[in-house]
Amino acid sequence: MNSRDKILADVRRNQPPLVAAPDMAVWEEKAAAKGALLETFATVAGNVGSRVVLVDSIAELKAHLVIAPGARVLTSIPGLLDLAKDAALFANNAPHEMENVELAILQAEFGVAENSALWVTEKQMGTRVLPFICQHLALVVKSTDIVPDMHAAYLRTQGTDHGFAAFIAGPSKTADIEQSLVLGAHGPRSLVIFVLVS
Amino acid sequence: MKDHAQLSEVFNKDEQRVDWHDETLWFVRQKRDKASHQIPDWEELREAASQIKHNVLSNLSNYLEQFEQQAINNGIRVHWAADAKEHNHIVHSILKRHGISQMVKSKSMLTEECHLNHYLEEQGINVVDSDLGELIVQLAKEPPSHIVLPCIHKKKEEIGDIFHEFLGSAKGEADPQVLTETARIHLRNTFLSRRAALTGVNFAVAETGEFVVCTNEGNADMGAHLSDVHIASMGIEKLIPKRKDLGVFLRLLTRSATGQPITTYSSHFKRPRPGQEMHIVLVDNGRSIQLGREDFRNSLKCIRCGACMNTCPVYRRSGGHSYHTAVAGPIGSILAPNLDMKQYADLPFASTLCGSCSNVCPVKIDIHEQLYKWRQVIIKEGYGDKKKAAAMQAMAYTLSSPKIYRIAGKAGRWVMKHTPFAVGNPLNPWYKQRDMPDAPKESFGEWYRKNRE
Repeated sequence: MNSRDKILADVRRNQPPLVAAPDMAVWEEKAAAKGALLETFATVAGNVGSRVVLVDSIAELKAHLVIAPGARVLTSIPGLLDLAKDAALFANNAPHEMENVELAILQAEFGVAENSALWVTEKQMGTRVLPFICQHLALVVKSTDIVPDMHAAYLRTQGTDHGFAAFIAGPSKTADIEQSLVLGAHGPRSLVIFVLVS
Repeated sequence: MKDHAQLSEVFNKDEQRVDWHDETLWFVRQKRDKASHQIPDWEELREAASQIKHNVLSNLSNYLEQFEQQAINNGIRVHWAADAKEHNHIVHSILKRHGISQMVKSKSMLTEECHLNHYLEEQGINVVDSDLGELIVQLAKEPPSHIVLPCIHKKKEEIGDIFHEFLGSAKGEADPQVLTETARIHLRNTFLSRRAALTGVNFAVAETGEFVVCTNEGNADMGAHLSDVHIASMGIEKLIPKRKDLGVFLRLLTRSATGQPITTYSSHFKRPRPGQEMHIVLVDNGRSIQLGREDFRNSLKCIRCGACMNTCPVYRRSGGHSYHTAVAGPIGSILAPNLDMKQYADLPFASTLCGSCSNVCPVKIDIHEQLYKWRQVIIKEGYGDKKKAAAMQAMAYTLSSPKIYRIAGKAGRWVMKHTPFAVGNPLNPWYKQRDMPDAPKESFGEWYRKNRE
């Protein structure tokens, strides 16, 4: 018997009688009743080291960006291409070519109020490694796209299909040395979240 | 081989460090409390997680088959490993097929359990751990002492010395900010030059065949997305039925672990990127046996948050290395005896049975009850401490007869009063870290007869 069949046979023999899984609908209903989403989102984001900037338009967003001359900027938002001389849209570039990206500005599909996480999919990343390898990351989300909690978040992603997607909450961080918090472990040293208020 | 008590003695030699360790982990526990209290229905959430895991264990064979099918449909290659040895062989054979001799790894307690690094190094494969804490203990040639905070037993000055020796940081540099930056630069080169990356798995979804990896540093993603070959190793108990269930677990995991509302990155891997190979190794290594032990199967619900360690009065004062197993603390003490009852016979006794572990467990594992049950199994199987067994027998004999009990009490009081050195010396284990009390003049029985009869 190969290992697969052996493991499955052992598990089948030893697993207890079937117990039903709980219904998640009750959690989704609770989520729907929650309010003050943008306020909660902004507070929690600040707590985990993100900077939240409310803007009315993509044009206003540009005013908040300080880009050093020669810094490589990549974005998936067409309206931002005139940001810097090097700003460029990207397709499926080889991941190693992203190593010198200073700033990536990406669209997030939605944000989660309870933990300030933003759902960013492969489509918006262009290249999977980009939101991790860039020195600084900016994510753009519409104020109407903030959901209350993780139950609502997964309800929202239902039926979508991505080869890779991630919740991103804050800059890369570690506290492995004596529990001292350090931002910028391996990934971005900072995260700015632009909330498009409509 | 030294047991938990002997290894704790090594850790306890440095009293200041023990105090620091104790207070730091208690601080993490308090952060957990603060985070959990912000969720009004936290207890219901724990209950939901527990019920989902009950369902998983009761239907694990079907979920495994479903997950395998979905993952294959997604273009992932699925492997099955009955034990640690087979897991290590599978990983090595994948690397060998690609002619790869260097691999970068993110945190995976399973690979610690399987001693993968050691095995691969014997085969001439260089492995670099990329989680900062794991890199530190790897350079120090030590195992991690905590599943979430791998080098919590080390002081920053020691880490500075290690980095000076291996990564070229300035001598005497101990600023966490500077040391982290040193590791960042060093590991960036590693990530960019490795063709293979191995990650752990926090959750695998049967419904969709995808798996989720949670990190704060972003090291799993740096490794995986820059590699030609991504290998994900997971225990078979990591499955959850549906994608929606992630909502419950991601709310609980990091709040329980560090008090954060969520990890910085919760990465959902479903398909390899074009040109990449993605492998999943499903590992049993004793889990199917534990599944068959009715009293202990709930230990398989664990999501590896470490809350039981941070709260444990014994763990906080004895350090992770005193448990001499990959997963330390209360949860490790109920998992390890399943793998080897003789080697880990001491661990279920390394507890006060206070129950704090069970109270903070996000999936409601009855940890302290299982510790108590393991003690009974271990004694019955004959793996108990012989000295303790003799002492217990003497105690049972003394307590079985009121006359002997009175004589023993009198003798004890006489000895403590007239020859205190007979008990106040290092040969008496109770004297360690304690002062013996003054002997009372009389027993309660004697006092009662005088005053009430």
